Amino acid sequence: MNRNLYDLIGLAAAVCFILALKGLSHPKTARRGNIIGAIGATVATLLVFFFTGNKEDGNYHPLPLNHLPLILAAIGLGLIVGVPAARRVQMTAMPQLVALFNGVGGGAAALVAIVEYLKLGSDATTAEVIATVFTVIVGSVSFSGSCITFAKLQELMTTRPVVFPGGRLVIAANVLGVFAAAGWVINSGGNTSLAVLGGLSLLFGILFVLPVGGADVPIVISLLNAFTGLTVAASGYVLQTTLLIVAGTLVGASGTILTRLMAEAMGRSLFKTLFGAFTAKPQADTGAQEVRPVKSGSPEDVAILLNYARRVVIVPGFGLAVAQAQHTVREMADVLAAKGIDVAYGIHAVAGRMPGHMNVLLAEANVPYEQLVEMDEVNPTFAQTDVALVIGANDVVNPAAKNSPGCPIYGMPILEVADAANVIFLKRSMRPGFAGIENELLYDPKTTLLFGDAKETLTKVVSALKSL
Amino acid sequence: MMSNGMALLAIFTLAVFVGFEVVSKVSSTLHTPLMSGANAIHGVILVGAIVVADHSSNNLELVLALVAIVLATINMVGGFVVTDRMLEMFKGKKK
Repeated sequence: MNRNLYDLIGLAAAVCFILALKGLSHPKTARRGNIIGAIGATVATLLVFFFTGNKEDGNYHPLPLNHLPLILAAIGLGLIVGVPAARRVQMTAMPQLVALFNGVGGGAAALVAIVEYLKLGSDATTAEVIATVFTVIVGSVSFSGSCITFAKLQELMTTRPVVFPGGRLVIAANVLGVFAAAGWVINSGGNTSLAVLGGLSLLFGILFVLPVGGADVPIVISLLNAFTGLTVAASGYVLQTTLLIVAGTLVGASGTILTRLMAEAMGRSLFKTLFGAFTAKPQADTGAQEVRPVKSGSPEDVAILLNYARRVVIVPGFGLAVAQAQHTVREMADVLAAKGIDVAYGIHAVAGRMPGHMNVLLAEANVPYEQLVEMDEVNPTFAQTDVALVIGANDVVNPAAKNSPGCPIYGMPILEVADAANVIFLKRSMRPGFAGIENELLYDPKTTLLFGDAKETLTKVVSALKSL
Repeated sequence: MMSNGMALLAIFTLAVFVGFEVVSKVSSTLHTPLMSGANAIHGVILVGAIVVADHSSNNLELVLALVAIVLATINMVGGFVVTDRMLEMFKGKKK
């Protein structure tokens, strides 16, 4: 196969990737788009095995590829690991898996650049060396950063921000070290300099994710996704492969857009989210707070409240995922709908641990996507809503974000559940949400608290509803 | 005639615009599949990994390239499979 045909098929694969992303503009076309993307990727991969180069330009390469058995074995190993992981993962564990897949992609891109650099040696042009340096830095950061994100989400380590004294200095020193090593690689080169660069970049990936707390993970996952995309694009430059450049750039764009959306949904700049843990003043300890009366109800009370409502908006949060309560919620919504009650879900962009997390969970429970309503659309409807049912969410409905300047979530757009006639909170305890801020809404006279595991209590609500 | 490097830079620049254009139209309901789908797309680095494995001239290069192949395959195949699983679940109201 000659170079022109090879490039032409590569271009077709790139178009497949664009179509895959285009398909995601609507749930109806999304699945087909993804399959087109998968076909593009498969064709592009198979193509490499049949490309022989041009006889004329001296790049002729007799088939089969060198090390073919080892290459096939490596692909086989990847399949054995990747496919079962993708098939078996619980929808609640999706953020971890996405983080992990993202990380291994970044790692692969960094390794590819390293091998290409080793091979080119002193023949590499300055542009190629710079692209290699970029790939090694960003790919390594993406790899180690994603590993830490995975560990946090999988709860192999604490999900709280990890801060240590002098953290900012260590990070600053680390960044300087990365720049110095980059300069070293570009100026004199050599394998040692590249290894140092890789090591320092891996360290930076760890240091930069450690201080990020669980609720800020959506933004970090998006950012690392953008990083890996750019890494792949840069290694495409080193390898002179158009397909890698296009694919990497598309991913870079998607990651960048998601990062921006998440930062907007949190009402904070990206910088503040990433480095906020180092600058935040410690919150006043919650131990000294006065005990204030709250109104707590039984599942039966809640069922009665719901039974006589005309419109109910369900606001899910990470607690829903923890309790695996998505199917029970759906069952309850069905019972309500059968009674002629209008039910919708109000989805905050940063509810959960990754962009769109709640949508996936509810889709798993067969909630039709028409009922999943974004914040901007659902907020004006709370005034006509009889019951807002908040399940395992806290910060995204906390009025402090509007009313108390100086609190860590101030400025974050929230779901205005306080506008509804009644608010029900399903909570495990009075413990404040992730950001550690007291929620005034819990003490509001129109609020009813229902304590307990979301799944268990909702099951009781459902059976109470059925008997009404 | 553009130099090869400039041509690649041009492709990159145009891809940036295409990427932003296409992704900004993605429905917010589908942000998770967007992430995992985009993830799968960058798994195409597998192509690069196979190329460098073929080129490798010593054992160190070969081992690194093979590790890259394993990682890239996990990324690509796992990414597409899991995205498909998710998208399968997104259904509209039954008529």
